[in-house]
This record gives sequence, C-alpha cells and structure tokens, in this order.
Amino acid sequence: MRPVAVVGIGKTAFGAFADRDLRSLAVEAGQKALEDAHAKTSQVEAFYLGNFAGPSFVGQNHLAPYVAAGMGIVGIPATRFEAACASSGAAFFHAVSAVAAGLYDIVLVSGVEKMTSQSTPKVTEILAGAGDLCGEVRAGATFPALFAMIARRHMYQYGTTREQMAAVAVKNHSNGAKNPLAHMRKVITMEQALAGKPIAEPLTVYDCSLISDGAAAVVIAPLERASEFTAKPVRVLGIAQASDNVALDEKEDITTFRAVKLSAGKAYKMAGLQPSDIQFAEVHDCFTIAEIIATEDLGFVKKGEGGPYALAGKTCLKGELPVNTSGGLKAKGHPVGATGVGQICDVAQQIRGEAGERQVTRDQLGLAQNLGGSGATSVVTILGAA
Amino acid sequence: MTEPTLNKPGSGTVYTETVVYSPPEAYVNDVPYQLAIIELENGRRLTGRIDGERAQIGDHVSFVEFRNDVAFFRKNA
Repeated sequence: MRPVAVVGIGKTAFGAFADRDLRSLAVEAGQKALEDAHAKTSQVEAFYLGNFAGPSFVGQNHLAPYVAAGMGIVGIPATRFEAACASSGAAFFHAVSAVAAGLYDIVLVSGVEKMTSQSTPKVTEILAGAGDLCGEVRAGATFPALFAMIARRHMYQYGTTREQMAAVAVKNHSNGAKNPLAHMRKVITMEQALAGKPIAEPLTVYDCSLISDGAAAVVIAPLERASEFTAKPVRVLGIAQASDNVALDEKEDITTFRAVKLSAGKAYKMAGLQPSDIQFAEVHDCFTIAEIIATEDLGFVKKGEGGPYALAGKTCLKGELPVNTSGGLKAKGHPVGATGVGQICDVAQQIRGEAGERQVTRDQLGLAQNLGGSGATSVVTILGAA
Repeated sequence: MTEPTLNKPGSGTVYTETVVYSPPEAYVNDVPYQLAIIELENGRRLTGRIDGERAQIGDHVSFVEFRNDVAFFRKNA
C-alpha cells in the first residue's frame, strides 16, 4: 500500500444559507480544494461524495455526478457514500484506500449537506432515519433522545455531571467564535449552557450540535506525487472504518462506542502510534456527551474520566490535548454529510499552521474521529506533516 | 428490535431513559414524553414509552399495552 497525502483543502462557511442550494455549496468547496492543490479538473481521476440525506432534505438524487458536473468534471467514476453523519468520513476512507492501492492518483473527496430548508421537526425526523425505524424510532426516539439516554447511563455509571457536559459546549463555542467559517461565532457561559431550553433530558439546546448547510472537500494523492501540488502535504498516517449495531437497544454497553474503539485501534496500529502521541483532535461532538465519550474511546483518558477531563480544561486551546479547535459540530456547525471531510480539513489546517488565533503550538500530529448514528459507523484518521 | 409485537414484553427494569421535548414530525402532539430502554426479565432490551409517573434508571416497570406497535410501560407502585 502506498502512503497517501492530503494535498488540497477547501470548505464553505457552515451556516443557514437560504440563498444557496446543495450543488452550489459542494461545487464551491470542491473548487477551493482543487485551487488549493493547484490541480486542474482534468487531473481528477475519481470523485467520492459523502452525503447523508440529500434526497430527503432537498429531493435530489444521483448526487455525485450531479455535483461533479457542476465543477465541469465528467467521465470519471463519481459515487455518493451514505453512512449517516459519517458519510464523508466513509467517502474519505474509501478514497484513501483506492489511492493507497494504486487504483488512482488524484482523487477529489467532498461532503455536503443542505439542511436548513426544512422545519426542525422535519429535520429531526430525517435524521432519525439513521436509527432503527422499526424499533427505537417508532417508539419516539430522536437523535437527541438517543444521546440523552447515552448521557443518562454515563452519568449513572461514572458520575458524569451536567457541568462537565456544559464545559464541552462552553469550550467549543469559545473556539468557534475564533473560526471565521463557523456557524455560531458566539461565546457562551457555563450558566447559559446549564439553563438552556431542554431538548431531551438531560440535554439542553447547548448540548446539541447545529442544523447547518455547508460543504468541505479535499484533494488526495500518493505521497510521492504530493510535491507537484503543495509545499505542505499532510500525510495520512493511519485510517480505519468500523461498524456496529444501528439500534441503541442492541448495544451491550451504551456508554462506549465499540466501532470507535475498533477503528481507533486499527488506525493507531497502522500509524505505529499510541493515543498519548496525539497532540490535538477533532472529534464528533454531535452532542456534548459524545465528545466526552470520544476522549475515552480514543484512549486519551480512562473510561469514565472524560467528564472531569473536560471540566478541568484539559481539552481547551491551551490545554494538554486541544479538542475541536474548530469549534466542533457544536459551534462550527454540523451539515452532517460534510462533517467528516470538514474534520480532515480542520486537522490539516492545524498541521499546515494556518489556523490563525486557534493555532495550537504542538501541531504536528492530529486525529479526526467521525461517528455515524448512535455509533454504527466510525472512521478514525491520524494525520501528520509529511 | 424488529419484532416487538410477537410477545408481550412483561416487566423489566429501566436501563436508561429521557424525556423528549423536541419531537420528530410524527410525534409533535405527544411532547413531552418519556422514552426508555427497558431491560426485560429475559435479558433482552426494548425501547418503549413510560406512561404516568416518571421512572428513573433501575426502577421496575410493567408492560401496559402496545399502541401503534410501541410498547408502553408503567412504573410499579
């Protein structure tokens, strides 16, 4: 297998854009990534698109060739990947696999979602399609409800508190306020986070990620060709995808995500690294409890210690392990299909030293963790300077 | 669980629970409602609703009835 590098990154702003359609967002991100890589559209050998629910949100199917043609790219394989909120993480995993195997050299990988043209109950219903429609969803489960039940159990088993979860929200809002592409650039206090409107107890609106529009894209190439495109290649040191049961009530222990542990273990092994080697991470904080569990499942802290670790400020920009320097899904926004590739862009931006006032000093080794549903898909990627 | 209607679930214990305030479109008229994963006496788990008094993790609950294929439970007195 050949080493693979990210040689171009491009993102739209994340937010609520009434005047933008799905394709224009995806085209903007793709063109920015190609421009960043100094690559021509004619050099792209395959297009991988992550999108969760374009057909439900905006009615459009056959999305990958539709988006590719919007960039003037036709003739090459163009395929959409769906893995709930890990859709573009999965697209990235399969694209890297294809380049590593020698199938292609230059590949464009994008993620996009256009969510804000629907009402919140409708969005809630579409997102619930990533759960088990014949069981938990029929009973009334929403994604906030599923993660609320995860939070309750984590609180029961490990003593995790609402303050510890709120600390994640406060930190991610603080980081997002410094990110020019973030959906919500607003600092919040602990008091505000705790007094938020209830969504699914114990989660308030401040524990939940945002409903956003947006797109992200990367250009990948074999490491040996990276210098043709960029002076700052970012190497994929380790990457793995794993799966688990879709229904929450079919998982033995809901306070941990088996697919995250499996994919993280494989990615660390591939990279020849330990969790303690990782210097910063973008993790899938669809809900504040998910960030706490991610720090545990990725091996940064022992099981049950994610909450105290967050409350102690260890994951802040100046903490020992900065987590979600972008603002995370909580503040940067969560256009679900764009999130996985968006995280790759955010980690690469830090490694390239282009994160502005969010730049962390020890910036050579970063991890991205993208979660689908209540843990049925996980993609973990470890990136470093080439 | 895909076959909740095959057998009456009987009684069990609350494994985890929440009260939902922001509903999907199908349940906008139900909020707030309590949703729970019940650990049944046979060891299987089932996601259902709690009727009446609020139940906490560890509380014993009994099956009341199916409504539109959804199992409703009630906290034991």
